[in-house]
Order: sequence, then C-alpha cells, then structure tokens
Amino acid sequence: MSTICAISTPDAVGGISVIRISGNNAVKIAEKIFFPLSGKPVSQMGGHTCAYGKIIFDGKTIDDAVLTVFLAPKSYTGENVAEISCHGGIFVTKEVLRACLASGAELADPGEFTKRAFLNGKLSLTQAEAVMDVISAEGKQALNSANLAREGMMFKKIKGAADELVRILSELAAWVDYPEEDLPSVENDVLTQSLNNVLTQLDKILRDYDNGLIFREGIDTAIVGKANVGKSSLMNMLLGFDRSIVTDIAGTTRDVIEESARLGDIILKLSDTAGIRKTDDIVESMGVDLAKKKLENARLIIAVFDASENLNSEDRNLLEEIRDKQCIIVLNKTDLQSKLSAEDFALYNKPVVYVSAKEQLGKEDLENAVLSLFKLDSLNSDTTVFANERQKNCVEKAKNNLELAINALSFGETLDAVTVTVSKACDYLLELTGEKVTETVVEQVFHNFCVGK
Amino acid sequence: MFIENYDIIVVGAGHAGCEAALASARLGAKTALFTLTLDALANMPCNPSIGGTAKGHLVREIDALGGEMGKAADATFLQSRILNRGRGPAVHSLRVQADRTRYHEYMKKTVESCENLDLKQGEVVKILSENGKVTGIKTRIGSEFSARAVIICSGTYLKGRVFVGESSYESGPDAVSPANFLSDSLKKAGITLRRFKTGTPARVHRRSINFDKLQKQNGDDEIVPFSFDNHDKLENKVSCYIAYTNEKTHKVILDNIKRSAMYGGQIEGIGPRYCPSIEDKIMRFSDKPRHQLFIEPMGLNTDEYYLQGMSTSLPEDVQIEFLRTIEGLENVEIMRNAYAIEYDCCDPTELLPTLEFKQISGLFGAGQFNGTSGYEEAAAQGLIAGINAFRKISGEDGIVLDRASSYIGTLIDDLVTKGCMDPYRMLTSRSEYRLLLRQDNADQRLTPIGYEVGLISKERYDRLLEKVSQIETEVKRLWSVNISPKEANEYLEMCGTEPLQTGAKLAQIIRRPQCSYDGTDFLDKNRPALSKEVREQVDLSIKYEGYIKIQMEQVEQMRKLEKKSLPRDVDYSQIRGLRLEAIEKLNKIKPLSVGQASRISGVNPADVSVLLVWLEQNRKNYK
Repeated sequence: MSTICAISTPDAVGGISVIRISGNNAVKIAEKIFFPLSGKPVSQMGGHTCAYGKIIFDGKTIDDAVLTVFLAPKSYTGENVAEISCHGGIFVTKEVLRACLASGAELADPGEFTKRAFLNGKLSLTQAEAVMDVISAEGKQALNSANLAREGMMFKKIKGAADELVRILSELAAWVDYPEEDLPSVENDVLTQSLNNVLTQLDKILRDYDNGLIFREGIDTAIVGKANVGKSSLMNMLLGFDRSIVTDIAGTTRDVIEESARLGDIILKLSDTAGIRKTDDIVESMGVDLAKKKLENARLIIAVFDASENLNSEDRNLLEEIRDKQCIIVLNKTDLQSKLSAEDFALYNKPVVYVSAKEQLGKEDLENAVLSLFKLDSLNSDTTVFANERQKNCVEKAKNNLELAINALSFGETLDAVTVTVSKACDYLLELTGEKVTETVVEQVFHNFCVGK
Repeated sequence: MFIENYDIIVVGAGHAGCEAALASARLGAKTALFTLTLDALANMPCNPSIGGTAKGHLVREIDALGGEMGKAADATFLQSRILNRGRGPAVHSLRVQADRTRYHEYMKKTVESCENLDLKQGEVVKILSENGKVTGIKTRIGSEFSARAVIICSGTYLKGRVFVGESSYESGPDAVSPANFLSDSLKKAGITLRRFKTGTPARVHRRSINFDKLQKQNGDDEIVPFSFDNHDKLENKVSCYIAYTNEKTHKVILDNIKRSAMYGGQIEGIGPRYCPSIEDKIMRFSDKPRHQLFIEPMGLNTDEYYLQGMSTSLPEDVQIEFLRTIEGLENVEIMRNAYAIEYDCCDPTELLPTLEFKQISGLFGAGQFNGTSGYEEAAAQGLIAGINAFRKISGEDGIVLDRASSYIGTLIDDLVTKGCMDPYRMLTSRSEYRLLLRQDNADQRLTPIGYEVGLISKERYDRLLEKVSQIETEVKRLWSVNISPKEANEYLEMCGTEPLQTGAKLAQIIRRPQCSYDGTDFLDKNRPALSKEVREQVDLSIKYEGYIKIQMEQVEQMRKLEKKSLPRDVDYSQIRGLRLEAIEKLNKIKPLSVGQASRISGVNPADVSVLLVWLEQNRKNYK
C-alpha cells in the first residue's frame, strides 16, 4: 500500500495544524523533511514519542514543528504514522503538505485514513457503517469542491493542456492503429516540439500556484438578502471603503460585485449580490439569477435581514435556501426600531450578529462570528483549497512524465515506448476531469481522422 | 422428445462459432455446431484478411490459448506482412490476405475431424429453457436437441437485412438466408436486442483491372507465422495493389448522396465508426482530396478482387460510375455489388465477463452478436465462450482474462463493463498496457493459461517453459558481461551513439535504442546459440525494461482490486454510503470484482472505497 498524507485539521486558520502521514514509508518521509533539535535521527524514534524541530524543504525552513511517531500496528490506521504539528495558517500547512508529497507520499483519498484503520482491523465491525458514511460524506464534499475548483481559471488551463495531450495521443494512436491509411506520419521533432509546448504550459501553471494565487483566493462569500436590506452597505463596511453604490431604492445593485476583505488571517472573497426578488426589469432579473447562482456555490453566506421589519415570505424563502449552508445571519438596521431578534432565527441554528451598517456598528462581532465558524467548524480537509492541491499534485506528476517522454524521444526510443509516459501524463491531467485516456483518445481518433476500411 | 442430447450446442458456424465448438469439444464436452448452411462455415463475407493492428495481436493470443484461427490463417494465406515495423515492437502487427475458399475448407475439415463434435446444418429458431436455465434448442423443422449450455454466435444473420441504394431485402451476408426467428425467442427470454449495421465493398473481376496503373504491394521476405507452433517455411503467393479516389469520384458520390441507403434514411442500425463507408468518408472529411483503396485477391482459384476502403450502400449504377473514375479501374466490372447489412445483436452489458448471460444460466454469447465487428474479435470471444461453457457444465469457475493479460481480456472487459454504442473493433489504443501486450510475447502471457484450461498440450507447455528459462538465463548473463570502452566504442560510433567513458555491462549497451542483441554478438565470446524467437525476447526485455516496470506497477495496482471478488447476488441499494448513480450502474452491470466495478462509468473512487469496506465487513461477519 502506498504511503498517504493529508492535513487532518480543519482547513482554516487555527492555532495548530496537523499533517498526518500513514503507510510503510511514513517515518522515512518524515525524516526527509523534519530535522529534530536534538539531532537524533527520526528513524530511531520509538513509537508514541515526539520530537521538537524544524521542517526544512528545498533548503528553506518552513516552520517549527512537533513530530509524533506511531509505529505499526499501534496507530490509528494500524500502519506507521507520523504526525507533524505545525503552526496553523493555510499557507504554512500547505507548504508542509507539499513537502510531504514531494518526498514520496500520495495525497489521501476521501476517508482513506479511516478506511485503512478499518481494513487493518483497528476499528470494530460495528464501526464499519460509520466508516462508509465518512467515506461517502467526504467523497461528496471532495466532489463538490472539485466541481468548484473546476470553475476556476487554473482548471481551465489544466484542461487546455490535457486537450492538447489528447490531441497528440490521438495522432499517435491513429498513426499506429491505421498504418495502411495515408495519414501524415508523426515526425519526432514535431512531436518533441508539441510535447515541449505542453510542458511549458504545465510549467506556467505550476509557477502560478507557487506565486500563491490559489492561496490568496480566500473564502468565497456571498452577501445575500431581499432587496434593500443593506447588503451593499454591509459590504462597504467590511471593505472599509465604498465599493457598492448605496441608495434607498430597492434593486440598485444589479450585477454581482466582488472584492476581497481581510478579517485577521482570513481573506473573504465577498460578492455583493442583487436583492433576490421578482422583477420585470430584465437587467435586474439577470442580476437576481446571478445572485442565486452565487448563493448555490459560495462557501460562506452572509444572509442579511432588516431588523426593523418583520420577516416576509421572501425572507422565509431565503432562510429555507440557506438551511444547509455555512451561513451567518446578520440583522441590519439596528439603528432603527427593532422588530426582529436572534430568537426569531433559533429554528435555523446559525450564528446571528446585530449590525448597523449605517452607523458602522457590529463589524467586530461579525468578524468574530466568521473566525469562530472557520476555526471551530468541521470544515474538512477536502475543500476547495485542498482540491486545488490535488490539481497541483496531478500537474506535477504529469510534468514529470512528459519530461521522461521528451528525454526518451531525444534518446531515440521507439514511439510505442514514448507513448507510455505521454499516456501517463495525460492520465494525471484527466484524473481531474474524471475521463479515461483510452476512451478519450479513441473518441478523438474517429473524430479527427478519416480512417478505416 | 430430444433427437439427441448434447453438453454444449453452438449456434452459428462463423469465426466465433467454430472456435467455441472446437474449444468445447476438445475439452471433452459432447458438442454440436449448428449452421444455416455448411457451405458458409467460417466464411469471410467481407475482406478475406486476417490480422492487422490489434487484430493480429488477438490472433496470436487465440493461438497461445489453443485456438484455431492462427493455424488456419497460416495454412491458407496468400500474402503476409508485418505492419508498423519501425513504430516499435509493441505495435508490430501481423496481417495476412487469406484464400477465402481454402480458409473455409480448412476450417470445415478441422471441425469435421474433431472428436466429440457434430457439425449440423439447421436453423435454430428457439432457445429452450426451464426455470431460468438453458435446456436445449429447437430447429426450424421442429427438431429438438438438449444441451446444458448454448452459445449464440449468430453474426450478422439475426433478422439480417441488406441495403443497396433504394432497395432492401431480408438476407444474411453473401446471399445466405437470414435467421428470422431466433430473435423473438431471445427477446422472450429477457435479452435486449439492438440493431447494428455494417457494410462491405464490391468484388470486381481481375480482367477488368489495369494493374499497370496501380501501385504494387508485396508481402514480407521473411514471414512470421501466426501460430507459435508453426516452424514451417512460409511463402507469399500474390501481390496486393493500391489505388486512389479523386475529385471525379467524390463528385459522383456527392451528386448521388441522397440515393445512399445510409444517407437516404432507410437504415436505422448503428454503423461502425472505424469502418466508414466511402460516402461517409467523403461527407465527413470533405477537405481530403483523395482516399486510398487496396485491391486484393479473394483467392488463388478465383478472379474476384476485393476493394478495401470502398464499402458503400449506394445503388449499383452509382457504384459502377464512381469506381470507373479511379485510375486503373476505368473498365471495372462488378461481380458482387457493395451493400450494407443490418442485424440484431445483444447489449453486452447483459453478459458476465465469462460471456454468459446474467438472465439465463447456461446461455452464452460471442462474436458480432455481442456487438463487435471483425473475424478476429469474434474468434477471440468464441474461444473464451467455448472454454467457459465447458467450465460451467463441469461446475468450475469461468476464466476471466484481465486487461493486463491480453487484448482478449481488454476486449471482453470493455464489452461487458462499458458496453458499446457502435460495432466494437479492437485497437491498440484501447489497451492501457500496450507495451506488455505485444504480439511477440502472447505465448508467455497466455499459454500457461491455455495449458491450465486444457487446450495446450504438455509438450507445447514444456517448450514454452524452456523458452522462458532460456530468455531469463541469457538476460541475467548479459548483466554480468563486462565491456570496456576499447572493445565497444568503434561499434557504438558506427551505430551513431555515444562512446563509453568507462566500462559497462553488455546489457547496458543493448539497452540503447541504436544497438541490438544480435549486433553485439562480436563483443560476447561466451554467447550461447539461441533461436531467433529467444534472441528477440532477450533484446526486447532488456530494451524495454524501464517501461515494462512502469506498466507492471500499474498492473499490480489494478490486480489488487481485481482480486476482490464481489458476490453476484448483491443488492447494491442496500450498501450504505454508495451514491445513487453508482447503485444503479452496479445493479445493472453486477461486476465480478471491485476492479471491474471501478471501471464502470459513474462509479467514483469514494464508491470503490465503500465497496472495499463493505466487503471487509462481510468477511468479518462471515467469520
């Protein structure tokens, strides 16, 4: 079995983050990146012991950390396990995870630690169903976040590179499977050139990751509410400057306005949306559709209600829609006579914050609510950021295989051998889209080439 | 009252049926092979050619398992070539042009002389069954024969319908009667039938071809036989020819496109994408100025020539008109016109990987009936269905070849796991383990299985073991032979590769693409005398060691899941944690292993994990 790793604390800002490595090579991998202060080699640490030291990768110190070693079978998974506790924060944690991946660990699948624990006899039979639930829940979450990641620019670039590889492979396949057709032959230098082009694309994608674009993406947050409850004022308050045009006229915000705001360690990618209401104005109704879509996809929802009015049917509809979402309820306009309070929302079990955007009151409470939600909540390691990490991992492996292929070509290897690594590279990229190389390539052959008796 | 009791009855004596019947009888089952007419046994109603890319691999694999097709092709071929030389050993493919009549005669004689095998002319119209189990068949004249297993190899005969331009009529291929009754019996038994179509080009008279204007294509000087058992000296007997369509040809076709049965809308069946008709090629790839066609003889004792690449469902007058625009065919005379044929076939996802139907115990399907196309694909399935029908009646588990073992395994896995939307042709690009599944090592991959099954003799198996041991010993020895720069550099420079700086092992030199085992003979004083086949394997296993290792790692991953068997009677909706889509697909396909389950579209890695945990839970419960 391969050695796997993952961040096992919530993917958010916490005091401490734990990266867990499990498998035969867990200790070996830890040894490559963890350098204990005592100087005693990690490989000589006993089971259930810890050491204090530094995480160093690529000559760079990432963080101070504590390493705990569990030796098989006395561990959660029943395999060798190394747990690195480092300082919380998305950036540092990801760097440590990357160091583990680069040192030979594989990214764990949804629920894989628990699955291994069960398969290694560490969990009782009655726990098996719970295990299946964990896998299925995490799988769904992974799927959701993968779908979200799919909307991103990075994914589009990866898809572009994958399409190009499929094209190259289908050319190779047509040429090999239809030797008797008068197809243009595949010339080595042209092939090398095409592969180099893809390699350059992948390189650029990886550089962008390392520039930290992904990290700074922040938490996708939608500010929603019926018309004229003060969503734009709230956005402006959080930003500290006027971004949205604020008027007393319902329906002023028609587009989705996006801006990033920093709350302590967390970056919120705020979207101010059009008030959700029925309207005959075409432009406004498009805005309402966008708002609904945003509501669907956002990771955090700030639902705004007018505290000076009783809840109407539009409010109640909104509450239904956010029932299963990660959400903070904001009661705005507390400067006016209040008709609503937290009790009116008790049913929904969401944090409630009182705000007066107009008077700039309640900003701190809102910040605290966001922070506590992301510190304490069970946001799992398979969220968007993690999905991005999976993408990066795949791109890296694809790149390695392409380099092998280009080398083999320059070395004079035959195309059947070269194709093995090109296919593998393509496999890694298609993993992200859920397609299979063999099928995709066969489709392309018939689409692009006039072949057959 | 049954006229006769059989163990196994095979319906249809095409390429699938013959292999199925021979395998079953050779293994010891009392077998009957039914055919509409004895004169169409192992007929090749399309091109009398065997092999080609990936198909050549299939024939070698059939031979390695103890099937007949390779031997028949070796005995009756007219011209043999290895395709894809220079594109790497994994894609070398053997292809022969065979003598259609002699192939039929060879196969008929082989079937007739086989012990335990009765060859019978008769149209099977009904599958008899009791309580979901096959009990026998009934023929059109009312005779009943009992059987414990029945294999359907009906090719393109089920409700066959031929289309030429505006006209169409009920018929099987080559003017043999269609089988119009069996479909209803199969439907009644709960089997889903679909309509597929395929087509064939015209046959023309030799005297009407101007060969001087055609490009000649000769066979290989040194011929590699299909059968690993064949050590005879083989010779080419004929040449083939190449011609090209031109703008005039395309204009005739485009002017008459509405008269094509395909484009006129008469045909409902789904045609093969890999085998487009000429009107299809011209419509879809209008920017191509010319299309290639091969002109190939049908046999030694006939003047019929086959026009590969010109299949069409245009009317006969248009066929003559467009063919006569082609250089070399200006006066061409059609003997048999081109036609399209539509037929009933099953949905292969209703089959188990053993090729037995899930709905009816003891009923098997093979060949075009399963949605494939091609003689080789048919024969491969026939062989496996024959073996598994025998194992079924003997109370043994069926043989399932995995994807890393063979193209045969890949073919069957694709069919039963993913199904097919158009007639399925084998392609090397369908295999993710291409470098392992070479035509040159089919014997090492499959002959041990053939021996275990009982179709390969002890002598042949021992010969294989000896060959494998010679290869291994020699590879090991080459890793121990030291070579100095002084000895090797002249040779290396001659090959156009870097000279050595320090000493190296001989294997390291052979590994270079520019060098070879045979070429380094002079460096190697103690080299043993080895056969050509062994020398070839030594060369390849050293050259491709790195890639073979990469592929073997993938294979090991795959095989781990392949070993996790899933019970047949699972109701997947009862397994907690599976997604709805996965439940539906799993209940339809009923995979035999977690590996097979993982290849079903709509089953994702989390579902696979759930299955693994569920299996383990079951195992512990059982304890």
